[in-house]
Amino acid sequence: MTEQVLDLPLWAAVAVAIFLILGALLTLIGTIGFLRLPTFYERLHAPTLGTSGGVGAILLASIIYFSVGTGRLVIHEILIGLFVSITTPVTFMLLARAALHRDRAERNPDVPAKVHRKPV
Amino acid sequence: MLPYPILSLCLVLMWLLLNGFSLGHLLLGVLVAIFAGWALASLRPDKPKLKKWYLLPKLFGIVFVDVIRSNIAVSWLLLKGKRRKDSSGFLLVPLEIEDPTALAIMAVILTATPGSAWLEYDSGDKTVLIHVLDLIDKETWINTIKQRYEALLMEIFA
Repeated sequence: MTEQVLDLPLWAAVAVAIFLILGALLTLIGTIGFLRLPTFYERLHAPTLGTSGGVGAILLASIIYFSVGTGRLVIHEILIGLFVSITTPVTFMLLARAALHRDRAERNPDVPAKVHRKPV
Repeated sequence: MLPYPILSLCLVLMWLLLNGFSLGHLLLGVLVAIFAGWALASLRPDKPKLKKWYLLPKLFGIVFVDVIRSNIAVSWLLLKGKRRKDSSGFLLVPLEIEDPTALAIMAVILTATPGSAWLEYDSGDKTVLIHVLDLIDKETWINTIKQRYEALLMEIFA
């Protein structure tokens, strides 16, 4: 599918560029953090930069680009943002709980043990 | 006829957002929404009790601001590079809310916000284990979570 490039006034082009770069930058920083942080639980935090701020800024750029370019309000990007921010935490929690389970099974001292008030 | 009016309304809105507004799509969207509402009703999920739904925009506003703020904070933390060791850590937070929907919303908020992740909720102890990237002051974190989100969620899902 080929989209023709839309004509934008200068202010809109600048705004689109700023938000695109901002989103890409946040995602890049998140990825660098993902690479450099030492433990699994710390690494878990880094990609959320991309899935929150990164996605948000890029979607905002998309909204401005298509709304100004086509002359009518295009906001279905909000749905992408909504679904990304609802679904990614589910994956994060699954990964985190799997790691927690493994660390506890291996009796890793860095991880808090499960406190059981009641006998299992 | 409409067991879940809010869900059905959201589905119609979503249908129109994705397909563009026209009378045909409005009718089709309404049909989809009605049938989806019936489908969900046959699963019999717990009906969330939204007591003060008008506070939801306030919650979204707070979360929006917090996401931006923590994006800046975490980016800065990652870019600075040199971090103190042990600045991240686990935190056991006692909670008062019990409503499953409210808990789910809180879990999504905490995990979606960079810098904190919801790990494990224990319905017996009513505590949640979270992991925080920049854990300087435990008390401050617990108070922030309880006052900023829990109090508001308890008001909404009373």
